[in-house]
Amino acid sequence: MTIASMADTYIARSKEIAARNLDGEMMIMSAVDSTFFTLNPVATLIWQAADGKTPLADIVAQRVCAEFEVEPAVARQDAEQFVAELSQHGILLVSDRPIDPESTSMEKP
Amino acid sequence: MSLMSAMTDKAMEMGIPISVHVDVTYRCNERCEHCYLDHDDKGEMTTQEIKCLFDQLAAVGVFFLTLSGGEVFMRRDFLELVEHARNLQFNVKIKTNGVMIREREARRLRELGAEEIQISIYSHRPEVHDAITKVPGSLKRSLDAVQFLKSRGLKVVVSNVLMKVNRDDQQATHDMVRQLGVNYALDPTVTPMMDGNRNVLDLRVDASALREVFNDASLVGNVEEFCAPPVAVDGDVLEGYSCSAGLNSCYVSPYGDVFPCVQFPLPTGNIRRQKFADIWYQSPQMNEVRSIRVKDLPVCSTCTHAGSCTRCPGLAYMEGSMRGPSTADCEKSFHRTGIPSANMLRKAAAAASVGPLIQIQPMTV
Repeated sequence: MTIASMADTYIARSKEIAARNLDGEMMIMSAVDSTFFTLNPVATLIWQAADGKTPLADIVAQRVCAEFEVEPAVARQDAEQFVAELSQHGILLVSDRPIDPESTSMEKP
Repeated sequence: MSLMSAMTDKAMEMGIPISVHVDVTYRCNERCEHCYLDHDDKGEMTTQEIKCLFDQLAAVGVFFLTLSGGEVFMRRDFLELVEHARNLQFNVKIKTNGVMIREREARRLRELGAEEIQISIYSHRPEVHDAITKVPGSLKRSLDAVQFLKSRGLKVVVSNVLMKVNRDDQQATHDMVRQLGVNYALDPTVTPMMDGNRNVLDLRVDASALREVFNDASLVGNVEEFCAPPVAVDGDVLEGYSCSAGLNSCYVSPYGDVFPCVQFPLPTGNIRRQKFADIWYQSPQMNEVRSIRVKDLPVCSTCTHAGSCTRCPGLAYMEGSMRGPSTADCEKSFHRTGIPSANMLRKAAAAASVGPLIQIQPMTV
């Protein structure tokens, strides 16, 4: 992913996870491979904003940069790394078009 | 320290129940010799009540949710309950005998993203396992369940309880589990019945069996480290806790009763009458349990094992005092290290100071 492409990047939380917010830090465990992560407050904010509809660029500009004192270029770079890492474990779904929330849900019998 | 340990420690510092065990039923299709439960249904929670409980647990920060029984699949709504729990993003572990798990159930559990399924198996031989469960054919059914679950990619743990009746089968059972390609957990502690009845303790293995288990690297890892002499007792040990019961974990029965742990039958409230958060944060009993540090234990605080003992406050409570020793854990510490506990030394001294019940003295004339 490049900085230029962030406007066309959409992210959504997978439902193949266990997750809980512990005092502002998100605990997340993959239900697929049991990988366990904790997210700091900035990463937690991106995670919570990952609704599949809001472009990543907007999440960074309107949420991260608005709520934390951080340079936009640094925020974008960190967000890219964060998204790349979580998407590798299937915890965060990434697409170049909006993601239907139902497509992230667990299958029905 | 692992990330997971760091988060559970943080939950403990913040007083958040990060881990809760819920028995959804006490009904069971097996009648295991060592079971501590009364299997009659005395009014278990409805589907809606359990869903409401799960909602409350999620709201207070519970992450790890263990669903057990009785046999969980005796409830026709069990998979519906798991689905609700997973929609609330719990990490769900399930304890079952597996007898009612066929391909359909295994597939659904995988779809729902259950973290781990623990299946009780007591021997590799049907004549021993089925005699313990009192259900002919139960070993085959449980082993079939292991295969169904494993083929779906679920993490399976076979759980065994070491007793006199299956002691000689332990190694071969472990070998069988290895061949199945799943994990194995062995519990050497038979616990008293929930009603306090201790007859079941006759099933406990003797010292030689415990020592054998504690020196088996395939079970304990590094034997030298596991059986090492106890660490020095310092201020940190004395200010610490012997168990997380009531601190970051608790247990809820099928009737909605909340206890500090499944092995700690101290009633602290009932979710049919109170909110879970009110019980967790305000119950005097729960607050008493979590107020007890190692330094507050009259005997155990003087014990050389204080920093490494697996002392169970629930077993201590069932012996008479939640601040007292748990004899089963004293014995484990002794057989692990060869060093007697303070409780054992105290009992030996008391026995030596008391003369025989009937004394005959020669009459001197």
